[in-house]
Amino acid sequence: MSVDQHPRAGGAEGAIDVDDPSVPQFDLVRAGARRDGVEIVHYAPRFPVRGTKVEKRIERTIALLLTLSGLFAFGGVAAYIFWPFQYEPGPSASKLFTPLFGLGLGGALFLLGLAMVVYAKKLLPEEIAVQDRHDGPSPSDEQRMTSATLLNMVDETGIRRRPLLKAAILLPAGGIGVAAVAPLIGSLLKNPNDGHILLRTGWDPANNNGQKVRLTRADGTPIRPEDVSVGGQMTVFPGIPGGATNQYADSPVLLIHLREEDAATLRANIEKAQQTNSHPPVVQGMWGNFVAYSKICTHAGCPASLYEQQTNRLLCPCHQSQFSITNQAIPIFGPATRKLPMLPLELEDGYFVAASDFLEPVGPAYWERP
Amino acid sequence: MSAARKRRRMDLARMPGAVAQGVDERFQVATPLRRLINKVYPDHWSFMLGEIALYSFIMLLLTGTFLALFFDPSMAETTYEGSYTPLRGIQMTKAYETSLNLSFDVRGGLIMRQMHHWGALLFMAAIVVHMFRIFFTGAFRKPREFNWIIGLLLFWLGFFEGFAGYSLPDDALSGTGLRIASAIMLSIPVIGSWATTSVFGGEFPGTEILPRLYILHVFLIPLILIALITLHIFLLVKQKHTQWPGPGRTNHNVVGVRMFPNFGMKAAGFSMIVFGTIALMGGLLQINPLWLFGPYRAEVVSAASQPDWYVMFLDGSTRLMPAWDIHIPIGDGYTIPALFWPTILLPGVLTILPMLYPWIEARLRKDRQAHHLLQRPRDVPARTALGAMAIAFYLVLTISGANDVVAEKFDISLNAMTWAGRVGLLVAPPLAYYVTYRICLGLQQHDREVLAHGVETGIIRRLPDGRFIEVHQPLAPLDEHGHPQIEYAGAPVPKKMNRLGALAPAVRGFFFPVEKPAPPTPVSPTPVSPAVAPAELEESREGR
Repeated sequence: MSVDQHPRAGGAEGAIDVDDPSVPQFDLVRAGARRDGVEIVHYAPRFPVRGTKVEKRIERTIALLLTLSGLFAFGGVAAYIFWPFQYEPGPSASKLFTPLFGLGLGGALFLLGLAMVVYAKKLLPEEIAVQDRHDGPSPSDEQRMTSATLLNMVDETGIRRRPLLKAAILLPAGGIGVAAVAPLIGSLLKNPNDGHILLRTGWDPANNNGQKVRLTRADGTPIRPEDVSVGGQMTVFPGIPGGATNQYADSPVLLIHLREEDAATLRANIEKAQQTNSHPPVVQGMWGNFVAYSKICTHAGCPASLYEQQTNRLLCPCHQSQFSITNQAIPIFGPATRKLPMLPLELEDGYFVAASDFLEPVGPAYWERP
Repeated sequence: MSAARKRRRMDLARMPGAVAQGVDERFQVATPLRRLINKVYPDHWSFMLGEIALYSFIMLLLTGTFLALFFDPSMAETTYEGSYTPLRGIQMTKAYETSLNLSFDVRGGLIMRQMHHWGALLFMAAIVVHMFRIFFTGAFRKPREFNWIIGLLLFWLGFFEGFAGYSLPDDALSGTGLRIASAIMLSIPVIGSWATTSVFGGEFPGTEILPRLYILHVFLIPLILIALITLHIFLLVKQKHTQWPGPGRTNHNVVGVRMFPNFGMKAAGFSMIVFGTIALMGGLLQINPLWLFGPYRAEVVSAASQPDWYVMFLDGSTRLMPAWDIHIPIGDGYTIPALFWPTILLPGVLTILPMLYPWIEARLRKDRQAHHLLQRPRDVPARTALGAMAIAFYLVLTISGANDVVAEKFDISLNAMTWAGRVGLLVAPPLAYYVTYRICLGLQQHDREVLAHGVETGIIRRLPDGRFIEVHQPLAPLDEHGHPQIEYAGAPVPKKMNRLGALAPAVRGFFFPVEKPAPPTPVSPTPVSPAVAPAELEESREGR
């Protein structure tokens, strides 16, 4: 029995008596909807004949989904309580804790959602309702009265004919505005030129009571030339307290022991650069066949640490800038524009030290970078 | 005694009514409540994309609150002594240590972490696809321009929220991301170095940045997100939903189902499906196994370090950017780093342009009307092609964000991938524009053809004079020239014949029939196009 077959009550809600207890419930629904600007134009039960095989089947399907959802939920809770979750090295049952709990929780939620959607699509009555939009601007008389009210608000203050007050208000308005942001900006503001934090690194002898800083491994042990084999490389840190920590994040250096012919190429390139003054500043910082480059990419600051022994390149894995080891680490591909700074090497008591700090700023460029 | 019991029973039956009466006496809810229940929602699958974002956001709030109970953003150094043996004895920050504890020592902590991460990826994906829907159907047009802008802001807020969250665990990957972020900040002309040292409280990384990101991530940005989402939905309700053109649908009405029970039950069910999907992903699919990366150290990085997918397009633009620093030879000399263009300027343009797009399009089309009916993408070829162009641009950047992985997996030179990206970025978008434009025109033409000649049925008929014609099923009654009188209405045109007079309807049931097959319908003479007059048909039949 399709309800929309009912004769329309003349299109007006007034045609039914809302207080009459004998009025069918749906007529009240329809009348209420009309009052809300909604016309229910089609409304029919999915199953005009109750209890057909199809309807029963859908009911059974939904019941099954709900039952499974509940079982998954309790299964997940059981896994959460009883399954071991502590990490053990190697294959262990605890590795299944997260998948099992996820399966229980996720399965329960998913099946519940499925049951609800099937219920809505298969069992709720078919319906087409049409609502009026009532869009567009407010009626023009409303607009006029509101704008009059707003304008009157300004007139009531009389601010227009009181220029002294108008001017006087600006001062506290600006002042309080500045006062409100002052604590935030003032406390956060930090001058980058204080102590030249963008220019100095851990290799500055000032960090080591004026002594030249040793090249050390992460554990702090100093390095002798024979520790790095020919063609090999090693990440080294300034030999000062905390030198290998993120406190000196701009200081890691790649120490490379070049092969004889590569070292000769680099020496020739440096000499050529000194004559033509290309890629300034030119640093002659090699010690024997050893050279040390800053590991911090001049593009975005990632460690440019992938050492290609065959092509003598350093590759930064973040944005693929490539630097030529045998030519002062100038960029030869990718977005980097400047060479990796070279750390001038020296030998003291048989151990490597930095002759000085880097002669140019390490890492990414910025506006006032010298 | 029995009388008292009787009265009590009657009271119970009356209770809901009495409670409702009491509530209404105090709050006068009868009218607004009924209005809410009766609010009409149009139905289309593409309208649920924004819902996915909303439900993912709810999941993010829930899982995020759980994580906050155990996470400590402190950058103080400590030695790991937790249950994950490979990292025992290693120096790390409290942030990384508590992230590891969440993964190994908090019961159910790992799934919450993974659900939070998957939820964030899904949130951003749903926002992007939802924006495609809005753009390609013209739903951003007047009066909805401001909701379009709010949507864009939600995308960027989600972007920063996601990046902040990605940075918090302080593993090697997130630290590298933060290092790049600091370089990007440094590259801003004039104020770059001041801004960076101020944000980081000194030199990168310092000890301030994670606690600062944490308060942004768990308080400030979510607060703004919630406010904007609320405004977004309020405007949606106030302006009412757009709808596709169709029978009875006009610019002045909404045709659909009422909010309760029909729309409400579907939406609630769908929210459970989204929650369930996130939980299943969090449980079954590993994401961000940060114990494998180790703590962040300035000198450690690995190949194939990719950010989350929604940041990848900026990573790609950074990779493709040629090494062009601009030097300004005034005084000591100033630099605009190459990094500035793809990471600050490009996102700036990508924010401003789409924000202004609704007004740009309205001006170009001289269109000041309010629009509540959606447009099919094919009907506005220029806009659709522009969108395809933007997607092509975005895809080239996103793929380039993983060009090292592509190079490795397909054994292509890395430098070749970079060059392919640079060339592709210039070539692919115009190509996408042209191809999309042509496809739109082709689809339009096919719609008009079907309207003029009817649906192709695939039935070949031999005429008495020996000719073969394909039978077309017209969509409207024919005029005297044998053409259907029907205008294109902006709605999909049926392109499959209906079964009337051709085949019996299929029997319902998946494994076995659940109803009796209908009796075969007698084959009626199908109208053909070019139409043969019925009288002529009769003649030819009699002639046989």
